[in-house]
Amino acid sequence: MGASRFEFRDVWEYITSNQDYLIRLMIQHAHLVFFAIVLGVVIGITLGFLSAYYKPVAAVVLPFAQIMMTVPSIALIGILLPFVGLGFNNGLVALTLYSLLPIIRNTYTGLNEISPSILEAARGMGLSERRILWRIKLPLVLPVVFAGIRTAIVMIVGIGAIASYVGAGGLGDLIFRGIARMRPVMILTGAIFISIIAIFLDIIMGWIERKLIARQT
Amino acid sequence: MTDSGVNINSAVISAEESVSPTRRFFIGIQKSGPVLVPLLSLAAMIVLIIYMVNNPGGAIEARILNYGNVLRMFREHITLVLVGSGAAILTSVPLGILITRPAMRRYTPLIDNPVNVAQTVPGLAILALFLTIFGLGFRTAIFALWLYSLLPILRNTSSGIQGIEPGIIEAARGMGMRPWRILIRIELPLALPIIMAGIKTATVVLVGSAALSTFIGAGGLGELIVTGIDLMRPTLIYTGAILSALLAILLDNLLGSLERYLRER
Repeated sequence: MGASRFEFRDVWEYITSNQDYLIRLMIQHAHLVFFAIVLGVVIGITLGFLSAYYKPVAAVVLPFAQIMMTVPSIALIGILLPFVGLGFNNGLVALTLYSLLPIIRNTYTGLNEISPSILEAARGMGLSERRILWRIKLPLVLPVVFAGIRTAIVMIVGIGAIASYVGAGGLGDLIFRGIARMRPVMILTGAIFISIIAIFLDIIMGWIERKLIARQT
Repeated sequence: MTDSGVNINSAVISAEESVSPTRRFFIGIQKSGPVLVPLLSLAAMIVLIIYMVNNPGGAIEARILNYGNVLRMFREHITLVLVGSGAAILTSVPLGILITRPAMRRYTPLIDNPVNVAQTVPGLAILALFLTIFGLGFRTAIFALWLYSLLPILRNTSSGIQGIEPGIIEAARGMGMRPWRILIRIELPLALPIIMAGIKTATVVLVGSAALSTFIGAGGLGELIVTGIDLMRPTLIYTGAILSALLAILLDNLLGSLERYLRER
């Protein structure tokens, strides 16, 4: 492929002449990432709170999430094949599983790092455990959890591209089709779009994170 | 224990003597962890390869799962990871030291900010980008993986050194230490945990990204996994997945041992 020359003008031409296709792929990608992160946030925060409250849960959940991260993404997608088959569901499950570790870990460490004197004071004021959870712990842990969500989102935008290999759709299609057809312009367009989306989401989430921290102090 | 300190001491000794054999066994595992975990994962890899080659579970699997093939892919994978992360360590640790020198401090944000942005670029996108520039093959994969793991190590080196309290360096300078000695004796040892954390993360991530390099024709365990996906043969997928997960655990633990060794010195 090194022999086939191309210029960035070709990439621009490809983008402008395939707008509909690109927009469709982007919507597919966003769809996948959005549903995965919603599931990941719900499951991850629940598991993070359970691990912080019950030691046995932490002893199971944390090492499991840690080991799962060492499995390469393409392998996890493959492992899921016999269970969920090809397509969107496979990508959804894989992305959700990958988004869990940063969220669980941040929720868990965030809850453990709340200063005991704050909780002491809340108990002294006569707040019930349920109210301490909603009024004290949740607001204090929010920025840390959000940092975990940010890591997770940036990561699964990249893994979403790999999930295209098993037909989950999204911008990874451009890269894999480009490799299969030996069309550098397609590969380059896919790589650039995925990178821009990841960087863009990282910047936006970073901005929200700073707002959350600023509100807290 | 409100009596004298002697009583406390004897209590501790008797407690140690009364530790049950099972408990002592687990304490022994914890103490020998740095050696045991890498050895165990290595043993598990060897057993897995031997078992899979002898019990492929089908004619199609048997064609792919032979010693020559599996060992070649494994060797390719290790080469990709070791050369990629080795080159990344050799370039980004000196670079990180360089950009945190007092003379360079002014320019640190100029390097830090683009590095932070570039870090969010997904692995597959980096491999694909270099595929279009350098073409298919092993060298492209190594170059992309080098660049991919360079960023976290560089960032951790620079933030580790920047995070040292200025008072400590001030004190060292007051004691008459030369800048070179301050770097070797004060800055690097204090920043070591953060630098090593960066190297560990980068290596574990690299084992996963190296599996993707099969898409640009560089082989590795990804070849086994992708063949498994293409032919719908779960055995191949599991073999590749478990082997690369074990490799990641092995390297992570080896680097942890290296860190402990360096810290004790």
